[in-house]
Amino acid sequence: MTTATTTLAQAEEALPTGATDAVGGGRRPRRGRGRESDDTRRINWWATALIAVCSLTVLIPLYLAVVVALKTPDQLVSGTGFEWPNPVNWGNFAEAWQRTNFPQALTNTALITVGSVVFTLLTSSIVAYALARNIHRPFFKGVFFYLLAALFIPFPIIMLPLVKQTAILGLDNQAGMIVLYTIYGLSLNVFIYTAYIRSIPIELEEAARVDGASTWRVFWQVIFPLLAPMNATVGILTCVWAWNDFIMPLVVLTDPAARTLPLAQYVFQGQFNTEYTTAFASYLMAMAPLLIVYIFSQRWVISGVTRGSIK
Amino acid sequence: MSTLTQAVRTSTTGGTKRGRAARNRVETRRAMPAFYWMVWPAVIAFAAFHTLPVIIGIFFSFTNYAGYGAWNFVGLSNYANLFRDDRVLAAYGFSFLFAIVATILTNVISLAIALGLNAKIVGRNFFRGVYFVPYVLAILVIGYVFQFFFSNSLPKILSGIPLFRDNLLTSPDWAWTAIVVLAVWQACAFAIIIYLSGLQTIPGELYEAASLDGAGAWRQFRSITFPLIGAFFTINVVLSLKGFLQVFDPIVSLTNGGPGTSTESVTLLIFRGGFSGGEFAYQTANAVIFFIVITVVSLFQFRVLQRREADF
Repeated sequence: MTTATTTLAQAEEALPTGATDAVGGGRRPRRGRGRESDDTRRINWWATALIAVCSLTVLIPLYLAVVVALKTPDQLVSGTGFEWPNPVNWGNFAEAWQRTNFPQALTNTALITVGSVVFTLLTSSIVAYALARNIHRPFFKGVFFYLLAALFIPFPIIMLPLVKQTAILGLDNQAGMIVLYTIYGLSLNVFIYTAYIRSIPIELEEAARVDGASTWRVFWQVIFPLLAPMNATVGILTCVWAWNDFIMPLVVLTDPAARTLPLAQYVFQGQFNTEYTTAFASYLMAMAPLLIVYIFSQRWVISGVTRGSIK
Repeated sequence: MSTLTQAVRTSTTGGTKRGRAARNRVETRRAMPAFYWMVWPAVIAFAAFHTLPVIIGIFFSFTNYAGYGAWNFVGLSNYANLFRDDRVLAAYGFSFLFAIVATILTNVISLAIALGLNAKIVGRNFFRGVYFVPYVLAILVIGYVFQFFFSNSLPKILSGIPLFRDNLLTSPDWAWTAIVVLAVWQACAFAIIIYLSGLQTIPGELYEAASLDGAGAWRQFRSITFPLIGAFFTINVVLSLKGFLQVFDPIVSLTNGGPGTSTESVTLLIFRGGFSGGEFAYQTANAVIFFIVITVVSLFQFRVLQRREADF
């Protein structure tokens, strides 16, 4: 097992720059990882200034969300919205907590997201493994292209019939959302996984097979642990999608008690569209969980997403 | 078959690993049953929840089903009516205008920022992290913040300009630009990361050689950088155009299709007509056309853009 892990470490090391192999003829470019130290260029202050100024466009909307959420309606009316409130009004959060039924929406979203990620990781990887190892057989090749072709189908064409179908099957709830995210993610995830699985040497499996391990056992004990980097990638993509998705919960979920966070903001906005201060507190609370997770795992998230998009 | 196996076995004396793998592949023509068990449930589930709705949708597009009650076959009349419906044509016009402008802006801006992040700058990892923040935010929710900005802050800040003073979002001619701002703001996060990883695949020696030959910064970009990140450019352009054509969330949060129906996208029209307008069959026909349009556009783009890519 230790050899397998070292192979994995090497594989992972090579992977972010793996895309270059096709271009650079297998030669690892000098400016790959750890370029911070061997980058001998002079610091480019012009670029630094420009990048810093442009990054304000990202930060200003977030700042606006925070300051509006900290104001009373009276403080808001008088200015443009950007002024720092004095005194700060924390009451909006308590009010939003209650009026949007925040705990319920948070629970729903968390449940759907965690469920989708777990099921996606377990199912997509198994399917991808079977496909990757048998891609020379017509049946598996056919399935692979069947799933791939689905990437071209836009959601609007499924939307209307799907709503009827989920209602008939009793899946117009949180469980149904988990099922749908798991299935609809399959196309892209299988695509991401298979490319990686095919780079895992088949000898690793054969050693286990010779020792009498079944295909399932080989998968769980040899392959699945080796998939860690791809599991991270697929997990991040699924998590962000399930947490922030709006259109699918909007059309599928019927019970108000099943509302997700984005859906709760939509409903609240529709009912009280001028109560900005309370609404903004609610928006902040809806965005905060994922934002906080991102801040603490920023490098890991970015490298995960990058790995999934360049192959 | 057994002679072939025999030949493989004898030719690789010593029974190397490769020989064993080759023999396995020849011996078992059918895959092990476990592999079929791994794939079948997923295929069935996918067919039931993805392919089946597509087929049902196509089926109902030939009927006059309103979403409830009885229905009859009407042949191709839904399709014929689509091409005469001003609201549908306007939605396609809006979607394409929006998608093309947003795609160009997203790619120009994110390529510029990726170049900046790829230069030697102070706090590169910090800024890279900042630019990726919009990716983890729900576009609907941050869209409401933008909506406040356009309707309440901007009229006070730029009170000298009539267009902004009167609330950009209520202008039938210009409300779409606000949607472009929001959509580009979010889409750049992902595009920057892809461009950045593309830029990091270019060996530094190329630039050194080019500057020895006296090539300036613009010349280096045009002759080295841009051709070498061609694949990343293709991916970004195709993905962003496909995504922008299906725009939904930014519109809901900013204008909800208004004023009037001036910012109604195809997806929004299908959603509204199909669920509350009693046009189930009609809008599924619209969705079928939309699917064909998106597929054709994507394939066409791949064709055109891939021809321009360069290799080492």
